Amino acid sequence: MGTLLEVRDLKKYFKTPKGLLHAVDGVSFKIEAGKTLGIVGESGCGKSTLGRIIVHLLENSGGQIIFDGKDISHPNKKELHELRKEMQMIFQDPYSSIDPRMRVKDIIGEPMIINKTFSSKAEYNKKVSSLMEIVGLSERVSESYPHELDGGRRQRIGVARALALNPKFIVCDEPVSALDVSIQAQILNLLQDLQKDMGFTYIFITHNLSVVKHISDEICVMYLGKMVEKSNVKELFQHQYHPYTKALLSAIPRPNIHRKIERIILKGELSSPINPKDACRFAPRCNYSEDKCFSQTPLIQEVMPDHFVACHFVKKINNLE
Amino acid sequence: MLVRKSTAVIKHQGPWVDILHRFARNKLAMVGVLILLILIITAVFAPWISPYPYDQMNTSRASERPSAEHWFGTDNFGRDILSRSMYGARVSLQVGLLAVALAVATGGILGAIAAFYGGSKDNLIMRFLDVIYAVPAVLLGIAIAATLGAGLRNLMIAIAVGNIPSYARVVRASVLTVKENEYIEASRGIGASDARIIFKHILPNAMAPIIVQATLGVAGAILACATLSYLGLGIQPPQPEWGSMLSSARQFIRQSPHMSIFPGVCIMLTVFALNVIGDGFRDAIDPRLKDY
Amino acid sequence: MNDNILEIRNLRIQYKTRKGIVEAVNGIDLTIGKGETLGLVGETGAGKTTTALGILQLIPDPPGKIIEGEIFFDGTDLLKLSISDMRKIRGNSISMIFQDPMTALNPLMTVGNQIAEVIRLHDKLSAQDATVKSQQMLEKVGIPSERFNEYPHQFSGGMKQRVVIAIALACNPALLIADEPTTALDVTIQAQVLEIMNNLKNELNTSMILITHDLGIVAEICEKVAIMYAGEIIESGTAEDIFDRAKHPYTIGLFGAIPNLDEDTERLIPIAGLMPDPMALPVGCNFAVRCPRKMPECELGEIPTVHFSESHYIKCLLFKDMEQEVI
Repeated sequence: MGTLLEVRDLKKYFKTPKGLLHAVDGVSFKIEAGKTLGIVGESGCGKSTLGRIIVHLLENSGGQIIFDGKDISHPNKKELHELRKEMQMIFQDPYSSIDPRMRVKDIIGEPMIINKTFSSKAEYNKKVSSLMEIVGLSERVSESYPHELDGGRRQRIGVARALALNPKFIVCDEPVSALDVSIQAQILNLLQDLQKDMGFTYIFITHNLSVVKHISDEICVMYLGKMVEKSNVKELFQHQYHPYTKALLSAIPRPNIHRKIERIILKGELSSPINPKDACRFAPRCNYSEDKCFSQTPLIQEVMPDHFVACHFVKKINNLE
Repeated sequence: MLVRKSTAVIKHQGPWVDILHRFARNKLAMVGVLILLILIITAVFAPWISPYPYDQMNTSRASERPSAEHWFGTDNFGRDILSRSMYGARVSLQVGLLAVALAVATGGILGAIAAFYGGSKDNLIMRFLDVIYAVPAVLLGIAIAATLGAGLRNLMIAIAVGNIPSYARVVRASVLTVKENEYIEASRGIGASDARIIFKHILPNAMAPIIVQATLGVAGAILACATLSYLGLGIQPPQPEWGSMLSSARQFIRQSPHMSIFPGVCIMLTVFALNVIGDGFRDAIDPRLKDY
Repeated sequence: MNDNILEIRNLRIQYKTRKGIVEAVNGIDLTIGKGETLGLVGETGAGKTTTALGILQLIPDPPGKIIEGEIFFDGTDLLKLSISDMRKIRGNSISMIFQDPMTALNPLMTVGNQIAEVIRLHDKLSAQDATVKSQQMLEKVGIPSERFNEYPHQFSGGMKQRVVIAIALACNPALLIADEPTTALDVTIQAQVLEIMNNLKNELNTSMILITHDLGIVAEICEKVAIMYAGEIIESGTAEDIFDRAKHPYTIGLFGAIPNLDEDTERLIPIAGLMPDPMALPVGCNFAVRCPRKMPECELGEIPTVHFSESHYIKCLLFKDMEQEVI
């Protein structure tokens, strides 16, 4: 299958009282149809903003988005209307992402009402029932209000709503991070099954590396608005070349008392990229930073086949030469 | 015959039903509801249940104290104060409810637009309302009533205008909070129009504080109505209204205190009832008390 | 016998609400030795936080109430202490760290003064000595003491949580209860905070109850583990008992449900169903409806706790005949 979505040098800047916040700063990637791209990073790295620009919940400040061969960087109202049917989003918080004053069946059916995608009441009802079945909600809850349901079932409502318009492409923004582990597994399996059955293409945004490893084909690691490393999942979990990815991976506590891994503790904390200088954004926390890191932004380069890293000293750090 | 579904039908309660349940357990608020109901029934059925026509004069029996024939006594023209109070309830409640409804609708839409769009629209609307807010409500009411002339409709407009800014503020604050929820973004994601988002998703979720404010506001509007009528800018005689009844009774307060007491008690009871209902709503809506 | 800093016996806590009685904690037993770290693991609503608040007697009453049980802290039953004696213990001998560092600090006080306040409250030091000691505490959690006079808003989330830790450890408590101390933090920051907590705990020989839903964190710093489900401890033991020899179907289910970084799993095995409503707990085992190995007798009566080995306790009928002689 071919490329479904490509973004080139995508940017989003926000005006803040302190200056221009470079939330997403020149990110490029491609996703093949039917695959999942995982976007990983900590708070403030711009991953959620990136997802929202792609589905046009936020206007981008520069760059190109090419979807299904068409440039959709700046759609007009009509084009946007059509796009909404093609790309959907699943949100993080199953508590705040659905309207507490609507019944389950109305929440799921709302996209169809807005976009008038049905010709009869019977067709509408049938579609709502089938959506509920697909996401594993029993018919019993169709009249319920969200507050009567637990987080897992609320998130299923969010998934069903995203599927209502038969999209090709879905951005999942931390869809399981507010859920308990036993429920988290249910939703992850659901998303995987849906992809297998219906061929969806996902962008899966998360801070949780174990989740992203489980669900993604390719992974892109972000730090303060920049992509720092990108590769396929197997390669990335075998070899991390960027010092930030190394530290991020080592920082995850593993449920195994025997496999003690050596932890890389980073100094300092995440800042926010307001009026950033021409420098590597990770340099202040990096254990390997040199003068060049503070005076020049590293470009992303292919270090190994299909493995991209943005670091001046990637070869030196990893003894690649 | 239709065959019933075998599965038991579960009643699903919306959040409002929960709120009403909690409200119903508030005894004081229920007393308020009772008083208000009695007042409303009295107002609606005044022509049938009032013992005398409100404008029937009988100068030979002027300024009589309460008696078996005239429970509330008579006024200086010999009119039955009970009957006049009953008819007065019509005007007061009507003005109170409609003036507030007008203010809530106008202020609500302005506040919602200001909060939803933000930026320069927000500034323009809110600064304009600040100007109105800066003028004391009574003064503004007097000015409007004096310009438009007396009469029920003008009275309502006069009272409503002064109240618009405070409702706009409450709605704006409430909408700003609701707007932050992800379901607003989600509905944009499924292609909902601004109007749909505002009316279907934001306003229903922003209603709670407005209802509290409006309930308390009705009491204020009734008082304002009484004030304006007292000043002669409201309802014209002989039509009875609590405020104007008080106003004309003031010169007889020594000789015939009952002329002031009864309309005064009517105002007080209404305001009390509306206040406890408003407080009851506030407590019922407060999520911190949700489970107890 | 007493090497134990804390012994909880048959603790039962309920909340009375309009809709019914929430059975939050249902007869749990726990012991923590001096210097030991216990991981209290469970999902939302398992009763972890209620247990912690119960130990400190900070359960909001109404609606909450400790129905029965004993909590021995260093030999004294906390439930029999007067309010003022209990107040002396809180923050001094037992202190607690809450989940959200953003709201745990007073925004109008400098962080230094907030640490000094606790020290002066319990240690009766002069203002100057308290200042010196709180500066030392700041250094211990990795914050330069020059930042003594800064306000909470000048600190990031991870830094705030360090201040909270400094406050909690300022009086050298014998027991520290940490309720999801790193859940609100990013992973790289979490790693920093966990390291500090681990170092301080060893340095001060503080016992700790670490409440978390993250088995990874438990593996990292806990010697003992107790798994909670619907208000009961369904399995407890040493870290080895739980991580290498987990027996209870729920514990096994928990491990199956987390995606593993070190192995490739095609598909996760979620635990079917939901936790039971704490207002209508089933007869018998609370986990029975979701349990893949349910037997008819599981839903009949009380489930006994089986002493599987000297340290390993399991509340499950599957193992009732495997009880070991405990001397």
